[in-house]
Amino acid sequence: MYDVTIIGAGPAGISAALYAKRANLNVLVLYFGESNLEQASKIDNYYGFVDGISGKDLFKDGIKQAENLGVEVKKLEVLGIEPTSETFKVKTENEIFETKTVIIATGNRKVKPNIKGIKEFEGKGISYCAICDAFFYRNKNVAIIGNGKFAVNEATELSHVANKVTILTNGLEKPECEFEVNTKIISAIKGENIATEVEFEDGSKMPIDGVFVALGEAGASDFAKTLGIMQEGDNINTNEKMETNVPGIYACGNITGGLLQVCKAVYEGAEAGLAATNFVRTEVEK
Amino acid sequence: MVNIFNEENFENEVINSDKTTIVDFYADWCGPCKMMSPVIDTIAEENAENIKVGKVNVDDNQELAIKYNVMSIPTILVFKNGNIVKTFVGVTPKQEIEEVIK
Repeated sequence: MYDVTIIGAGPAGISAALYAKRANLNVLVLYFGESNLEQASKIDNYYGFVDGISGKDLFKDGIKQAENLGVEVKKLEVLGIEPTSETFKVKTENEIFETKTVIIATGNRKVKPNIKGIKEFEGKGISYCAICDAFFYRNKNVAIIGNGKFAVNEATELSHVANKVTILTNGLEKPECEFEVNTKIISAIKGENIATEVEFEDGSKMPIDGVFVALGEAGASDFAKTLGIMQEGDNINTNEKMETNVPGIYACGNITGGLLQVCKAVYEGAEAGLAATNFVRTEVEK
Repeated sequence: MVNIFNEENFENEVINSDKTTIVDFYADWCGPCKMMSPVIDTIAEENAENIKVGKVNVDDNQELAIKYNVMSIPTILVFKNGNIVKTFVGVTPKQEIEEVIK
């Protein structure tokens, strides 16, 4: 059991890890994919670097600094976070990590499908959370839009209740899975009051009771939807201690909006690390 | 006060209500619904004189969920004069809901 599990290894996540680890907590950092920071070719406005530093180097050094302190850092894709009565289960492809608190520091990289009808039918046949909404699709035919492990994971969740689950890759490569996969490009989701049909670019149609969106990797917005974390647009709402409305869950860095800068991410990471430490010491150990 | 709406009283309590009515569709097993619940409670408490607020358990009232196309929870519907004037899908900040009831 970990005291703190941090998702994301950029400046916010690593800063949180440093503060929690230095408070003698058991800290795990999980990260996957390229961070916002790595994409910055050179950073000239961060304190203390005389000649600036490349985003890639700063990212790499941050992870090394945390590891040197004894933080476990693993490159694993998080597929979902599930609350239990007192703790959280952070699910990856082959492992589940139990943790007392979670700090979301994934950055903000929401991939939204640019498909006609998606926005219109949100909550009326279009869903972003299999665990939350599977109930409404018992014995019905559903599709998942996506082609990664996240999509396959959502398909698996739905397969326990739905009649038939099809993965729609929308033109992308077929994932390895046991589900039926359709790789055609989608042109629109259609219906009267609720979504009832997926239309493909080649003119073919597929009748459907529900469509779940699970593009790319699971991101902060996906975790937020499953856990009931308040959001404003794609940003996660927190207070000044980086606490979300869900006790034990914190968010820091680009995902909280505002200034998308390393200095702000580092500050918020520190606050989140300290707040999680305080929570573990007071609430959990009560 | 937060009312309990169901298939029996929905017509009377919501459709025929002379007050703006907020209806929270939820289920006991739904994690995000548990996060939404205290927000709904606070809205009900702070606006007791102007609006009516209630919850519908979708497990017990599947017909209502189907009737109002609720396929994702929590869904919050705002009724005025028997008509839906606003739909919120998913956990929604208090101030966003309060905008509609102003």
